[in-house]
Amino acid sequence: MPGITREEVAHLARLSRLELKAEELDHFAEQLDVIIGAVARVSDVADEDVPPTSHPLPLTNVMRADEVRPSLTPEEALSGAPAQEQQRFKVPQILGEE
Amino acid sequence: MTVTDLVSYEDALATYEPVMGLEVHVELGTKTKMFCGCATELGAEPNSQTCPTCLGLPGSLPVVNGIAVESAVKIGLALHCEIAEWCRFARKNYFYPDMPKNFQTSQYDEPIAFNGYLDVQLEDGEVFRVEIERAHMEEDTGKSTHVGGATGRIHGAQHSLLDYNRAGIPLIEIVTKPITGAGERAPEVAKAYVAELRELIKALGVSEARMEMGQMRCDVNLSLMPHGSEKFGTRSETKNVNSLRSVERAARFEIMRHAAVLSSGGTIVQETRHFHEEDGSTTSGRIKEEAEDYRYFPEPDLVPVAPARAWVEELRTGLPELPRLRRNRLREEWGVSAHDMQSILNAGAVDLIVATIEAGADAASARKWWMGELSRRANEDGVDLAALPITAEQVARVCALVAEGSLNDKLARQVIEGVLAGEGAPDEVVEKRGLKVVSDEGALGTAVDEAIAANAAIADKIRGGKVAAAGALVGAVMKATRGQADAARVRELILERLGVTE
Repeated sequence: MPGITREEVAHLARLSRLELKAEELDHFAEQLDVIIGAVARVSDVADEDVPPTSHPLPLTNVMRADEVRPSLTPEEALSGAPAQEQQRFKVPQILGEE
Repeated sequence: MTVTDLVSYEDALATYEPVMGLEVHVELGTKTKMFCGCATELGAEPNSQTCPTCLGLPGSLPVVNGIAVESAVKIGLALHCEIAEWCRFARKNYFYPDMPKNFQTSQYDEPIAFNGYLDVQLEDGEVFRVEIERAHMEEDTGKSTHVGGATGRIHGAQHSLLDYNRAGIPLIEIVTKPITGAGERAPEVAKAYVAELRELIKALGVSEARMEMGQMRCDVNLSLMPHGSEKFGTRSETKNVNSLRSVERAARFEIMRHAAVLSSGGTIVQETRHFHEEDGSTTSGRIKEEAEDYRYFPEPDLVPVAPARAWVEELRTGLPELPRLRRNRLREEWGVSAHDMQSILNAGAVDLIVATIEAGADAASARKWWMGELSRRANEDGVDLAALPITAEQVARVCALVAEGSLNDKLARQVIEGVLAGEGAPDEVVEKRGLKVVSDEGALGTAVDEAIAANAAIADKIRGGKVAAAGALVGAVMKATRGQADAARVRELILERLGVTE
């Protein structure tokens, strides 16, 4: 089975807007390959009587009443923001879109 | 902006068959967000309706809003969909600051509703069935303001500002199957579909679905294939087309643009496009990311939704009459043409007329006032008919006063004007302004005698058999009584005095 390629890491990095150096691409390709290999071992034990599981709890329909709860104040909401302006989160120029 | 060559609509349709897919997002009218208890009030100050969950802060956990799920099921049922017995939410991962979590919680391969249809009626009465692929639950994104660009657009902006009040508001995305066979009527079908869907959403009471407020937004996917072909062409996806008229224009523009590209031997690029209200054109956006780039996976923090069959059936039983069927029923009851009914719908007058009739007015009078005087006033003031400061009960009272002969149409208009001006209920306006038809036969008789004396020549003509000339004398009496006489009675009195019959 072919491992994770450099190109795949570069693609993921682009989707995540991460700038990676050439040596990092190789480094992460190797690491990701090990991680995916480890996770893939789960498939070895999967059988027809072992259905795929996305949730460990046998629960369904956990719902909330449509009742308003207190929100954070704008000051609290913005307190962790690296930058703000006009009571809004300020983010750098959004590149590569539109 | 590059100039787009187009071929004429007729030429495009002579060669190609349009195929459309419509994606409509409806913001639900719930009090709280999809996965947290933050309020959803419009117009709140920036970032005043957020919490750790909708800000995606570490350690926070979402819990789904029960009313949002119920609304989704109702929408699915009204669209004749099957309702999933068991379905999950999924994370749609993308890196964009409008979602602080870096993913949108949505549904992927397990939508809550699927395989339905909506019958829509075109202006000439033809019914077209639009097949529904799916309706799924998701959440809205935050609102970006782009600073430093020339036009407030993202292009050329220095930085962007984010308000997350809208992030997490429940959305239902409704996706059609490919719409084929509409031919030249494709843009009209697109518009009629969105209009009918809006009526349906409103009738269900799950959202006000006001497009101008962004509560309902439409993406128009369109491709062309040569007549006789079975294979769909490459599509473009025109995003955020936010009025009924724009839906029709966007579809029409894309048909002409695709035809131009294809006819000159070019190929259509699969991309998103932006619609421009000013001239009805579209321009290229970004090349569409492949679905796999979103790296969807089941949302581990939310347990599956498994609507019990008994509950689904209970909701089905409680569905209101479908808007199209209701309109057809009302149209027959009111005795109006399909065209008139369309005008009533476009004016937003259906429910107002229904309420006026329920308050005692006859259909013709209720329709006359809402579609005449009141529509005119709403237009002048630039407000919705329903926003006028007059109630259906008050209009019904005016109708009753006219029916009993206390008011004529002219006086009734003055009463309505008074109500709109805040002078009180119809009876108060009648009282304050002294608006009563003069029914005192003595006073009326005097006015008639005076009019005859003052217009001897006309009176002679009437005596000589020219009954039609009576109108002039009626006019004179109405003027003398400042419009407060019953014109029909005046006419009777004039003819009686002059010894002629009709």
